[in-house]
Amino acid sequence: MALLTFKGGVHPPHHKELSAGAEIRELPAPKLLYIPLSQHIGAPCNAVVEAGQEVKRGELIGEPTGFVSSPVHSSVSGTVKEITTITNPMGRTVPAVVIENDGRDEWAPLKDTPEYMNLSPEELKEKIKDAGIVGMGGATFPTHVKLSPPKEKPVDVVIINGAECEPYLTADHRLMVERPEDVIEGLKILMRVLGVSKGHVGIESNKPDAIEKMKAAASGEPGIEVNVLEVKYPQGAEKMLIKAILDRDVPAGGLPMDVGVVVQNVGTAVAIYEACRYGKPLIERVVTVTGEGVKNPSNLLARIGTPIRELIEDCGGLTDSPKKVILGGPMMGFATFDLDLPVTKGTSGVLVLSEREYVDSEKFGPCIRCGRCIDACPMGLMPSMLSIFAEKGHYEDTKEYNIFDCFECGTCTYVCPAKRPIVQLIRLAKSMVKR
Amino acid sequence: MAVAKNEHELVVTVSPHIRSDVTVNRIMWTVTLSLLPAFVMGVYYFGPRAIYITALCIAGSLFSEWLVEKMTSRELTLGDGSAFLTGLLLGMNMPATIPFYIPLVSSFVAVAITKQLFGGLGYNIFNPALIGRAFALITWPRAMTNWMEPTAAFVGLDAKTTATPLGLLKEEGMHKLLEVFGDKMNLYTQLLIGHRAGSLGEVSAIAIIIGGLFLLYKKYISWHIPVSFLATVAVFAWIFGGKEGFFTGDPIVHLLSGGLMLGAFFMATDYVTCPSIRRGQIVFGIGCGLLTILIRLKAGYPEGVMFAILLMNCFSPLIDRSMKSKVFGARREVKK
Repeated sequence: MALLTFKGGVHPPHHKELSAGAEIRELPAPKLLYIPLSQHIGAPCNAVVEAGQEVKRGELIGEPTGFVSSPVHSSVSGTVKEITTITNPMGRTVPAVVIENDGRDEWAPLKDTPEYMNLSPEELKEKIKDAGIVGMGGATFPTHVKLSPPKEKPVDVVIINGAECEPYLTADHRLMVERPEDVIEGLKILMRVLGVSKGHVGIESNKPDAIEKMKAAASGEPGIEVNVLEVKYPQGAEKMLIKAILDRDVPAGGLPMDVGVVVQNVGTAVAIYEACRYGKPLIERVVTVTGEGVKNPSNLLARIGTPIRELIEDCGGLTDSPKKVILGGPMMGFATFDLDLPVTKGTSGVLVLSEREYVDSEKFGPCIRCGRCIDACPMGLMPSMLSIFAEKGHYEDTKEYNIFDCFECGTCTYVCPAKRPIVQLIRLAKSMVKR
Repeated sequence: MAVAKNEHELVVTVSPHIRSDVTVNRIMWTVTLSLLPAFVMGVYYFGPRAIYITALCIAGSLFSEWLVEKMTSRELTLGDGSAFLTGLLLGMNMPATIPFYIPLVSSFVAVAITKQLFGGLGYNIFNPALIGRAFALITWPRAMTNWMEPTAAFVGLDAKTTATPLGLLKEEGMHKLLEVFGDKMNLYTQLLIGHRAGSLGEVSAIAIIIGGLFLLYKKYISWHIPVSFLATVAVFAWIFGGKEGFFTGDPIVHLLSGGLMLGAFFMATDYVTCPSIRRGQIVFGIGCGLLTILIRLKAGYPEGVMFAILLMNCFSPLIDRSMKSKVFGARREVKK
């Protein structure tokens, strides 16, 4: 069968071999945790604990302040040391709760629901919301909001995003290999919440073991289908995934729900299952620690709030020539110099590039109009023109070239032979146009 | 506690953090490499003069690039291969008998005026090598059409001058071509391997096609321009090219003669001066083909590839602007 895909895209070397075979290993909770109160798109939480207070594992510490927001829970039992602020990798200052781990890992009371599929869609959605579940692929959009489409936009399909198209990352891959039933259970809950009968799991063909496991887990489940996708970046972008699996075109400027689809990441599906079955809030996640700059690339189950330094140390530490540390994947992740930054709900990977893997992006040349970026842009834009306009300060002209359809996947910048910082120029133009 | 001694040297930049290994330099030098077969055939047929003329063009191009960049205090870009490539292409577009000053002046016109004064790499409207050649052809029409018979240089005869196949076709017709080359089969074969009069790098169609296919394989050029250009020339040569009425022309002679192959694979596909949108490249290629045939059949010159490409260069920005690329999810019904 031909592999499903979309038009455009690129094939960067995927380097998944570094960690694809490494079983998920639980990282012991550290002594001190820094749990940000804003780990999602939307309004930050208000702290509901104060310094000196005892908290249990899974206890609510941050309360959402709006509909598009998501609660935050303690990932260990211990004492709140202080409420402080940290600077996240995007450069924003966010409030954070510092918790001193007492090492006892005492759980707050959780509500076990063995018959969770008998719950009403509303009750399930409430559980997902209370568990603080957000999109764990990196976008961190609160899941319960995605599960509340307006009436005029009926949803008929749920897609689980197992593409994991970012090079290096293998967290979703390992979850599909090790916990395929939980992913399918999460999908079934999503289908029940949205009242749909069709579910898909899209996986890139470079994960044959995951495809096999997921197909086995999905067999006998009515309405659920596993689709094999071409290995191509950005196959895991929602619009590209929907195009590949369903051949539906999300309208320019629109959302998946405009074509009746809700997309959720593999990790999110597992978190949804755990929330509905065990009442467990989102307090830990699988993080791929990888790159040539790390001695033993691994997939770690880490508590939210664990400084990334602890993850790196658990993987044998850095090699002699680390050059860049990235939270997320190499195409869309954020570089940081601060190894004390905590793992958050959206941290899919800690990638340490070595001297050899590092690309100096400082020097670039003029656009030679080769058209590679135009061929590669999954959104059908002309990144070359956008970058030239932005470079010359003609920000208004970028609107005519549909700049706001760009979701900054970085494909254009990856292929550019002149090494132009195209995405960066597009970001600049976007903010200048909005001003 | 630091996990590595050089932790404070970590670099922070924006995404993406990886880049493809294709660079402008690599593209330019690969195109240069793929011109090698055609150049070698030129040397084979026209002797050491081919090397000497091409070297003059390359030297002139590099010097012009250096001069303008020095005078305007810009970064020197001799290493990017672009000026070298322009010089090579210009040299391959010269007849072997050309006096030494013409390559020098033409390469200055190509690189200093056509490219650098318009803003340097990426900003020129016209293909620099072709403007250099057009300038020479208009300024020294006799010298630029003084064609040498191939292989004369090696067999030790005095260099004899002769007409190009397209010249014969235009002035005397198909019967004259057949008279010179024997029969049709021999005519096609000689044109294919390059045993004919012409510019020193344009004669061997097969050598150019090999280089062009290599570039297609490397994905450094796409099929759109060569295919639409060549197909248009073939179709219209067949329809209008015959003396006995419509549909009696010989498309193969038109395809294999003159500078068409070199133009279609190496000149019209110049990134900077052709459209970037693939659909637009087809329009561009068809335009080049139509103008080539129009000039070959109806204008004063026997060959029209150069002027056709230069005229279409003017339209490239307009083609890109009016065709644009199709935004994902726009202008299409939402399928459900």
